[in-house]
Formats: sequence, C-alpha cells, structure tokens
Amino acid sequence: MFDLFKTRAQAVSAEVHRLPTRNGTVDFVLNLLASEKVADAAGFGAVWANGSFLTGVDTETLARKVPGLSFAVTRERAKEARIGITQMDWGLANTGSLVADQTAVEQRLASSLPWIHIALLPSNRILADIPALMQKLSPDKAAYIAFITGPSRTADIERVLTIGVHGPERLVICVVDEPWEVNS
Amino acid sequence: MNRKMQTAIDQAIGNPVLGNALTRFREAYVVSRAKAYEGIDFTALKEQIAAARGHVADHLAEVTETFKKAAEARGAKVFVARSAQEARDYITALARDRGVRTVVKSKSMASEEIHLNEHLKKHGIQACETDLGEWIIHLAGQRPSHMVLPAIHMAKEEVSDLFSKEIGERLSTDIPRLVKVARNALREKFFEADMGISGANIAIAETGTLVLVTNEGNARLVCTLPKIHVALVGLEKLVPTYTDAAAILTALPRSATGQLLTSYVSMITGPTPTDDGTLKELHIVLMDNRRSDMARDEKFKQTFKCIRCASCLNVCPVYLLVGGHVFGHVYTGGIGTILTAWFNELKTADDLQALCIGCGRCKEICPGGIDIPGLILEIRRRLVEKEGLPFVYKAGLTLMKNRGLVHKLLWAAKLGQKPFARDGYIRHLPLFLAGLTEHRSLPTIAREPFSEVFKRIAQPACKEKAAFFTGCSIEFAFPRIGEAVVRTLNKAGIEVVLPAAQTCCGTAQRANGAFDLAAGCAVDNIKALAADTVDYVVVACASCMSSLKKEYPQLLKDTNHQDCVPDAEKLAAKTYDFSSLVKKLIHEKRLTPKTGHGHGKVTYHDSCHARRLVGTWREPRDIIQACGYELAEMYECDTCCGLGGTYTVKQSDLSMRMLKRKLKNIEDTGAQYVAMECPGCLVQIDGGLDQSGSKIKARHVAELLVDQF
Repeated sequence: MFDLFKTRAQAVSAEVHRLPTRNGTVDFVLNLLASEKVADAAGFGAVWANGSFLTGVDTETLARKVPGLSFAVTRERAKEARIGITQMDWGLANTGSLVADQTAVEQRLASSLPWIHIALLPSNRILADIPALMQKLSPDKAAYIAFITGPSRTADIERVLTIGVHGPERLVICVVDEPWEVNS
Repeated sequence: MNRKMQTAIDQAIGNPVLGNALTRFREAYVVSRAKAYEGIDFTALKEQIAAARGHVADHLAEVTETFKKAAEARGAKVFVARSAQEARDYITALARDRGVRTVVKSKSMASEEIHLNEHLKKHGIQACETDLGEWIIHLAGQRPSHMVLPAIHMAKEEVSDLFSKEIGERLSTDIPRLVKVARNALREKFFEADMGISGANIAIAETGTLVLVTNEGNARLVCTLPKIHVALVGLEKLVPTYTDAAAILTALPRSATGQLLTSYVSMITGPTPTDDGTLKELHIVLMDNRRSDMARDEKFKQTFKCIRCASCLNVCPVYLLVGGHVFGHVYTGGIGTILTAWFNELKTADDLQALCIGCGRCKEICPGGIDIPGLILEIRRRLVEKEGLPFVYKAGLTLMKNRGLVHKLLWAAKLGQKPFARDGYIRHLPLFLAGLTEHRSLPTIAREPFSEVFKRIAQPACKEKAAFFTGCSIEFAFPRIGEAVVRTLNKAGIEVVLPAAQTCCGTAQRANGAFDLAAGCAVDNIKALAADTVDYVVVACASCMSSLKKEYPQLLKDTNHQDCVPDAEKLAAKTYDFSSLVKKLIHEKRLTPKTGHGHGKVTYHDSCHARRLVGTWREPRDIIQACGYELAEMYECDTCCGLGGTYTVKQSDLSMRMLKRKLKNIEDTGAQYVAMECPGCLVQIDGGLDQSGSKIKARHVAELLVDQF
C-alpha cells in the first residue's frame, strides 16, 4: 500500500518521506524548518496545528528553540508562515491523497496558506481508495473533510501546469511507522 | 444562421492563438484522459452515475427536501431558488443585511449562469473571482469559453497585459511568474472579504454535504477565511447518498483534466468554526432555474447525469475549431447548447444546435452517458415543429424522397455540370457555390444511376437472396460501389435484388429535425425491402445503415407510427452493413480471400455513423487485413471528416477545416489507399484528396476488396 501511495503522490509532485519514529519525525521537521530559514519575521514563520501527534511533545520548549514557530495557529500567523504542519488521518494509495477531518480551522489555515505544507501520516492509516475511505470517515461526524493530493496547481494559462497558485507550492508528506492516537 | 454567429465563427477560425491553443489541447487531452482511466471500468462507472442522477431526476422534489433537512439539521441555511432572480435576490439581500462590501468567489458556473457578479455590483458589492482562469476573463471583461478552463482561449501575452494593467507594473510573459502575481494580488482579498461565494460539484442529500473539487486551493480559502459562506448549487448537483459521490469523484477529475484526483476535494457539512471561536454562517442556495422542468421532460431529464466535466467540449470537432465564445452564452459546447436552450429560450439555441455535426464523439465519451447529439437533434425537432423548416430545406428534403423526380433533376444537373466536370470530378463552381469546391472536388453525377447499371449485371443462380438498399450516393454518384457489392455477394452464393420502391433512407430529413418526413421514408422503405422475403438486407452506406439498423423503430414510435415498429425491428434484424456481412461470410467460409500478401498499405477512416451509431469498426479492419493488405492506422481515425450530410452546405467553412485535418492524418500514414464504409465520407475525402493533388486513393471497402475473393 505504501509503495503505491508513494508512487502516486510523487506523480503529482508531492515529496514523500518514510520515518520510523515520532521523535525522528520531529527532528525531520525541525531540520526542514532550519533549511527553509524559518525565523520570527514576516513571511518566514511556521505554524504547527495542534493534534494528537503532539501529545507528549514538549511544544513550549520547541517554540522557544525555534524562533518563528508557533503552535497557536491564527489566520494572521498562517498568512505570514512559510511552513505549515498538520497531521492527516488517512492516506489513499491509488491517488496518493491525504485525508483529514479539518473541521478545526487551524488545520485548514496551516495546510492552505503557507508555501510549504508538511503533512504527518501514520503508515498504518493508508487505505486503498475513496470507497474504502467512505467506510471509515463520514460527513456525519466531520463538518469539513479535506482531501489533499499534491501541491496547489493550475493550468489556466495556456494549459501550462504551474505549481503553487493559492495553496502550498510544496507538499512534504512524512509517513511515520510509530503510530499515534487518531480521533476520527 | 444569423450574421452575428457567422462573424463569430469567422473570427474564431481566423484567430491563430485560439487555433493553436485548441489543437494542443485536443491532442493532449485524449492522451491524459486515457491514461487517467487506466484500470477503470468506464461502462460500470457510467451506470453508477446514471443510476444516482437518474434517481434525482425522477424524485427531484423529494431529494431536494432530504438535502434541505439534512443540511439544516447541521446548522446550514438552505434556500431553494426557483428562478435566477430569486437566487440573485436572496444572495444580495443577505449581503446587504450583513453589511458585506466585498466578496471572494471560487469558480461557479451557476453564478455565471445568473450573472451574479453584475447584479452584486449594481448593489454596491464588489465580487472578486479568485480562480485564476475566472480572474483572467473577468479582468478582460469576457465570458468563460470553457466550463473547466475558462481562459483557454487566451495567450500568455494577453494575460500578461491584463495583469500588468491590474497591478500597475510591466510584467513579462513568464507563466509561473504570472501565477505568482495572481497569488499575491488575490491573497489580501481573501482576508478582506466579508463573504465567500462558491459553487459545489456535488450535493449529497442524505448528509446535507457540499463537495468542492478544485486544484488551485482558492475554494478552501473562500470557504474558510470570510465569516459567511454562500454556496450556489444547481439542483442537478444532487446525489442521494454519500457513497454515490464516489462515482462522481472517480469520473470528474479523470474526464475533466485527466487527473486521478484534483489537488483538493472538500466535503463541507454545516458551518465550521472560525479562528475567533465563533461559528461561520453557511447559506446554501439550491437553484432550480428550469432544472425541474428538464427533470419532468422525458427526453431532457437525462441532463441530470451531467457532471459538468466538459469532456463533450474537449472532443467536439466543432468546439475544437471555434472555441467557446461562438456559442454566445455561458455554457458552451454540446451540453452548453442543450442548457442554453432551456436556461434561456429554445429559440436562442437555434444557431447553436446548427453547429452540431452529429458525429457522436461526445456521447461516447460522456461519463453520464448522455445522448448529447440526440438531445440537440430533439431541440432541432422541436424548433422545426414550432417554427417550421425554411422553405428551401423543406422542398429539398421532401424532394429527396421522390426518386423519379430526383433522377430527372439530376439529369438536368448532369447537363448543367458539364462545363465544370472533368475526369469524374467537379473542381470549381461559380459564384455562391464556390465554397463547396474550395478545398474539395465534388463527384459528378454518374452517367447512369445504379438502378440502370444493375439491370445489366448477370448474376449466377443462388440459393440465398439479399435485398440491396443503395442509398442516394451509390444510386446517383457511385454506381461502381453498388457493382462491387453485387459481385462480392455473388461470389458467396447470394443473389442481390434491388427493390425498386426503395427511397431515401431519411437520415438527412431526421438530421434536419423533419421527423415526419423521415418517418415517411422509413415506412416506404420497410415496405419496399420486404425483409420477410429475403435472407439479408445489405447496406453499403454507414448513414443509411444507421437509419435502417438503429433509428427506424424509435423514429416510428416518436412520430405515432406504432403499427410499423414490429416490421422496422424485423428489418433491423436482417440488415447488415457490407463489412459485417463480408466478415460473416468469410467466417462461414463462403468467401475465401485470395492468398498472398503485399497488396499495399491501407488506412481506414471510421465513419461516425458506422463507428458510433452502428458499432461497426473492427469488421472492416479485419476483412481488409484478411485480404492481404497492411493496415496503417491514422491519427484520430474516428474523428469526423466534416461532411455531415447537409452540414457541409450549411457550415461549409467548418466542414472544410475538419476535412483538412482529416487529410493530413491520412497523408501521414503513407498508405496507398484510404478505405471507408460510407459513400458520404467518400465524397468528402476523395474530393479533398483530388483537390490537394494527393497520390492516395479513397475507396469504399467494397471497391477495394471486390477482386480479392
């Protein structure tokens, strides 16, 4: 399932990384923030939307360690962020998609406004396709179900495929083997 | 056709930017769509969509009510707008009441349909389109020319000019840079806007859910950032259940843009929280605007199966020549013609319906399985019923049924054609007829009609009989094809009879909306061919074949000739096109192809009627190869040659452009022959090859193969 997910996600220009542990994933994210020069300056911030992945992670220390990183996502902070980090509930192998209950507005702000979206997905949550997902996740329980497949794109000018219109121009997917509690 | 329409066509086909854009698009689309559908059972998918949407059309009021209740139970406000005016008024009143000054919009054809932006502007409310294509055309003050790709007609130079003006800075034509400019220019608008207006691609009744399918990410911002979200949704977007949405989510991205899934799909059920802890206001305007009338119409209710993917535009040989603006209204292409006839007035679709050549490509590719050409023909029929046929057409179409008179007139024409005819072709016609021979010579009227030639053919004694339905082209222009048919069948031990009372097949009458005239032809032919008395009825013209084999029963039902339907069905059961009959005879070892190879290279042109109405396409290829020819497939082998019966007279410019593309595809194969099943296509293609001085010979399959058994 992972291999197909990876192939399909890469085919739509997503970056896919497989990571064994949650701690290792936090390090991976921090490295990416550093290499993208995240700082406490307009346009260089990072927002990390709250979620069960962060249970047991010392976010206060992290926020102090990385200037510009905030775990309190507001529209203004997300607007000025270079990177947004959110966790996803499901992966869909045959389209390389990520799916999450994004009823909480922070999840949407952090995954749609910044230039780079880092998406965290447990590797045991990859399903085959949309019909399989429909067995697991229903609008009865979630007011905003978001599917994300690759970065934002358009072909509206001369049908030339261009990445990064209104949403992120990079989608970095971390598929993590160490599971965590997911609500939905 | 009115002058405005003709001018629009002239401008469109004279615009190289548009021509190049559409050509690149048509070629890329076919490939990406096919790739996206790999591993998908398209027929099963069509059935799922048709079942879900068919249920909605049959139970529209009930499904609408289910949606309303479910969405309201989740906290949304649902307003069912009967008309465009009601929808506009609701949204405007809401905006004024909430003190809305600016609105951000994601792409919504429904809002284009009701000209919402102009209406809001009149009330002092600024609406800003945020979909890149929509933003471009609104800056240019234009209408979308395509449902999915609204600015497909524009070059990057034009876009650069528009953006430069908008942001007050001279920009280059670098597309990624232009896209970034749009992102920056529009980002603030999302944050400032008091209201977001979106459409929806699917509305799920059982859960009250809106599904938005997008690529750019603007719809997510439109639904998230402003405090009020209004979704304007046509009733045809409803599906009964959550799982019904899966079929549409499978088909829509694949058919629309050749994607497995778009970058973003959002399923919104009830209001969501904003970042200040309050709940958003969600209003859903379910818009009827004549959709329930369509649902009640036996023929047009199938438009509910439309998922607005625009694939009918993407494969339409006419749309791909003229683009969307020629259609003059919001919805373009095949489905657009139908929607315009309903959302505006039947009369407004008069010129639009005449653009359809009836090739059937759109019907084949439609993920809802909508008979788009059939519905366009139905519009034509209703127009003819209401307005009558123009006198000249009526006279001409009536005349075609009277073979004796046609003989006499054509004989006069034959004398008339003398000054223009040489080696069996007419290459130049004077004055207003000149357009007919500009890129294509016409065949001359035969020295003797086939029915005279036939009398002299000595046939061997045979056990079986086939009645030969010749059709007008073989009778008057190509008796040689008729001879080839007779000689081939004789070799298989079948005697050919030529019922004298047969008349025109009625295809042209039907295609022009004159169903009564067509039914008259059907009744006469059914009687003349007396299917009971023969073993086969053989047809060597794809158009005649489609009438005899496929159309007569329904045509007779539609025109109150119920009593003739059983005989029409008997006739259909015995009727074979030439290639299918020959294939059968080879299979039964009654016809034996001569041994040996290397007769040469043949490319095969699929006539629209043969391929898509009758379903004959493998048989001619099989028999051509069985007879020792090498088959070289041409690019777009099943794209219309542009003849379309009377279409070539009514829309001669478009017809000739289609022919030009066909000729190039034929030349590119390097074949010696181009074979086909239809003498109509032969008129067009043979004439085109003659005019262009080509070495390739056009042949009916019967002529090509007659000496190979």
